[in-house]
This record gives sequence, structure tokens and C-alpha cells, in this order.
Amino acid sequence: MLELKNIKYEVNEEGVDIGILNDVSLTIPNGKLTVITGPNGGGKSTLARIIAGVIRPTSGQILFNGEDITDMSITERARKGIGFAFQQPVRFKGLKVVDLIRIAKGEQKLSSADACKYLAAVGLCARDYINREVNSSLSGGELKRIEIATVLAKNSEMSVFDEPEAGIDLWSFQNLIEVFDGMRKNIEGSSIVIISHQERILKIADEIIMIKDGHIEEKGTSEEILPKLTGTESAVKSCGIVDLWKGGDK
Amino acid sequence: MELNDTQKKILEEVADLHKIPVGAFNIRSDGESVGRNSTANIEIVSKPDVSGIDIRIKPGTKNESVHIPVVISRAGLKENVYNDFYVGEGADVLIVAGCGIDNCGSADSEHDGIHRFFIEKNARVKYVEKHYGSGNGSGKRILNPVTEVYMDEGSYCEMEMIQIKGVDDTVRTTHAELKAGAKMVVHERLMTHDQQNAVSKYDVELNGEGSSADVVSRAVARDDSYQKFEAKIIGNAPCSGHSECDSIIMDNGRILAVPALEANDVDAALVHEAAIGKIAGEQLVKLMTLGLTEKEAEEAIISGFLK
Repeated sequence: MLELKNIKYEVNEEGVDIGILNDVSLTIPNGKLTVITGPNGGGKSTLARIIAGVIRPTSGQILFNGEDITDMSITERARKGIGFAFQQPVRFKGLKVVDLIRIAKGEQKLSSADACKYLAAVGLCARDYINREVNSSLSGGELKRIEIATVLAKNSEMSVFDEPEAGIDLWSFQNLIEVFDGMRKNIEGSSIVIISHQERILKIADEIIMIKDGHIEEKGTSEEILPKLTGTESAVKSCGIVDLWKGGDK
Repeated sequence: MELNDTQKKILEEVADLHKIPVGAFNIRSDGESVGRNSTANIEIVSKPDVSGIDIRIKPGTKNESVHIPVVISRAGLKENVYNDFYVGEGADVLIVAGCGIDNCGSADSEHDGIHRFFIEKNARVKYVEKHYGSGNGSGKRILNPVTEVYMDEGSYCEMEMIQIKGVDDTVRTTHAELKAGAKMVVHERLMTHDQQNAVSKYDVELNGEGSSADVVSRAVARDDSYQKFEAKIIGNAPCSGHSECDSIIMDNGRILAVPALEANDVDAALVHEAAIGKIAGEQLVKLMTLGLTEKEAEEAIISGFLK
């Protein structure tokens, strides 16, 4: 279980403090798939990065299974059981897909066959990818799936995915939903957090948290929140979407 | 022939050899040949006038290998060695060279190997050369290899040149001349650390129609070390040439990359790329989210880069 208490994150631009997250408190329970959603620029990815330790909050406290991890490094958090999939995965010259999966799994001697399982799970034909370098020869979508495979291989108590759908084509998207659905079915004792705008990801959520302008706008179970967000005018309003077809661009 | 522990360790580093190799070989230790084997197709003989050997590979020899490792474990030894490889028409062989210096003394040890390759028509050569230094003496470990490659029509030569650790000073010079349809592929991997200095120069002449060269260097300069990479590809015929220098700098490491292209034929297609930079912060962060420490992440990135 992860608890965020009064998390603030500010950046200083030209001498002015700008609040990205303002006093965010929330609890992410075990055994649940939680989706954090909300408009662009609202602070979702910042929150995910704060959980993984990639950035430190200006103030506030983070507890993981009751332990204060606020000042822990990325590595310590990873070892405590937090996994993080980047929105924009990193490329490495020289490191192969199998190397990343071995590092994620923490087993240098992991066989290629075992490593392949994780690629197959994200819909990649494992044989074609396992020995490829994680470099610019891979497309954005391939890279994204490999990124998700590394987080699957790490098998964390809590896995955070920052906009997994970004950069994935329509055909692969269905596959991605199945991956998360599969993870959710085996969620016992762990938790999944997905930052997403996608209705179909929201639909498989147990809990939905909506973040807007740096604070929690709404939170609750999927049944409570989803109807408010989808197919209604409030979805358009709450996400700040301008409906061009209704002349909203004026 | 018996090998002592230092010799065994160096042989393992430079030639991945755990014991006396099969096939043709010549093991040189502290200035003399301590073991040699010729085969029906590959003959190794000492040069009459200077230090070194001639390796003659018969035309059509397939799937055979030649190992010619050099071990120096005596401080203060300096030598020039001339090795010539004659690769007969249509042969397909693996040549593993490599030199390791273990210097525990205060005097410098130096091995300058001059390797010449005469590759006949349609022959294929894979050449692997590893350089390695060890020992905690104040004497420097110096290696200045000179490699000359003369490639006849339709021949192929792939060279892996690796210097990962422990060589204080090196000037590597590689010169190649290619006839029609010949192809050369070079993968160089170089890491320098502490106060080391490394210069690597390539000079490849594409003289025949359809000849091609691909020279790729990956380099890491750490601590206070310095590297200079100069690659010149000259296109004298309709040909294609590519050189790439990709480098990581760390600490106070410095690298100068000087790629050069010269086209003397309107159908010469020549390309070069060079990039130098430190390890990207996000690469470290990614591996740290998988549980590695920053130091471990750095090592994983470098060992992948130099693999």
C-alpha cells in the first residue's frame, strides 16, 4: 500500500514558484488497479515520477507499506518493490532487449527462453526481438512494449505505468489492454497504477483518481467515477476539451 | 609446453584461451616463441631477418583458425614484431591475435606489432585483436600496433579490435587498400582510464569498383584519460564508405574525433558520423528503476556499449 501525504511539487521559473502538485494526499491500496487520469499538464506524470523517486517532492511524505520512503533513492525504492514504466522509454546503444530483461529480473543467467515470455506477454514475437539492441532501430511502439516487458519482468509489488498507450498503434492497443487485464487477474498482493487518458484503460480500473491543476479533482471506484468521465458533457468539461464540432474553437 | 599463471591469465584475456589452442598457433612470451603449431593448410615460419613470423594460409582453406597471442610479463622489455599473413584465394579463416602485458616493475614494457595482411581473391578473414594490460608496477604498458591490409578482388575482411583495460599508451595505425568488390568491416572498441592515452588512426583506400568499408569505433574515456580517433576513407572508384565514432566521456576524460572523407570519383559514396557525450541521465534512471545502483547502472551501460 502506498500513501501520499500532502505532496507538493513546485518548480522555479524565472524566479517565480509554480505549483505543479498542490497538497495531494491519496492512498493506493493493494490488490487494486488504480488509474490516474486528468487533462494534460494537470500533474499526473509528475505524481508518477514522485512515486518512483525520479523527482523529489518539495514537501510532503510518501509511505510504502507504512515505511517512509520520501528520502529514498530510485534504487532503494525499486528494491523495496516499486516498478516504473516510462512514458518515453530510453534507448541504449549496445544493451540488448535480453540484457534489460535480465537486469529487471535481477538474474544475469536468466535464459533467453525465460526472457522471451515477457516479450510474448506484450505481443512481441520474442525470437525477433530478444537479441536486438535497444537503440534507434526500434520503433516507438516496439520500444514502449519492451519498456512494459521490463516492468513485467521486475514483478514489483507496485507497478506504475506512465501513459502506456502513448505511441502505441491501434492494433497493438487491444493487446496492451489484455496485458493489463492479465496483470489485474494476478494482482493478489500487489498493485498497479496506470496513468492514462484512455477510456478502455479506465474501464478496467478498480479505482480512478482524477488530477487536474495539481490537485485531486475526484476519486472513487470505477463505477462511481467512470460514468462522470465518459460519454457525458462533464467529461468534456472536466478534461477541458474544446469540442471543435460544436464551434468550441471560438 | 607449460604456461605459468600470469601467462594463462593473459592468454585468457587476449585470446579467450584456457589452454593450448587447436589448429595453427604461435605463442610468443617475453620476446620468444614458446609454442608453435602449423597444420596441413596453415604454415607458420619465423622470419629470417627480423623478429616475427610469416603465416601462409593455402588457397581454399576453410573453417580453420590461427591463434598468435603475445604475452609480456617482464618489465622493461621492448620489442618490434613483424607478422605477415598470406591468405590464399578463396580461403575462409579466423585469426586471433592479441597482446597482454603484465608489468609489475618500474621500467616501461612495450610491444609494437606490425601486422600485414595479403588477402587474395575472394578470401574471407575474420581478425580479432585484443589488447590488455595488468600489473601494479609504475612502468608503463605500451602497445603500438600497425595493421596493413591489402585486399584483392572480392575479398572480405572483418576486424575486431578491442582494448578495454590497462594499456597506458597506445598508437594504433591501420592502413587498408581495397580492390574491386572487396569489403572491409572494422569494429573497434576502446576504453581508457586513469592517465592513459590512446590514438587510433585509420586510412582506408577504396581503389576498386564496388569496394566498401565500414569503420565503426566505440570508445569510452574515463578518469583523466585522452583519446584521439582519426578515420580517413578515400574513395578512388565507385565505392561506398562509412565511418562512425561513438564515444562516451566520463569524469575528466577527453576525446577528439576527426573523421575525414576524400572522394576522388564522382560515384564514391562516403558517409561519416561522430558523436561524443556523457551517459544520458535518463539511461541511468531507467536502470535504477530496475534496481541497479547508479554505479552498477553506469557499468551496465558501458559494458553494453563496448560489447
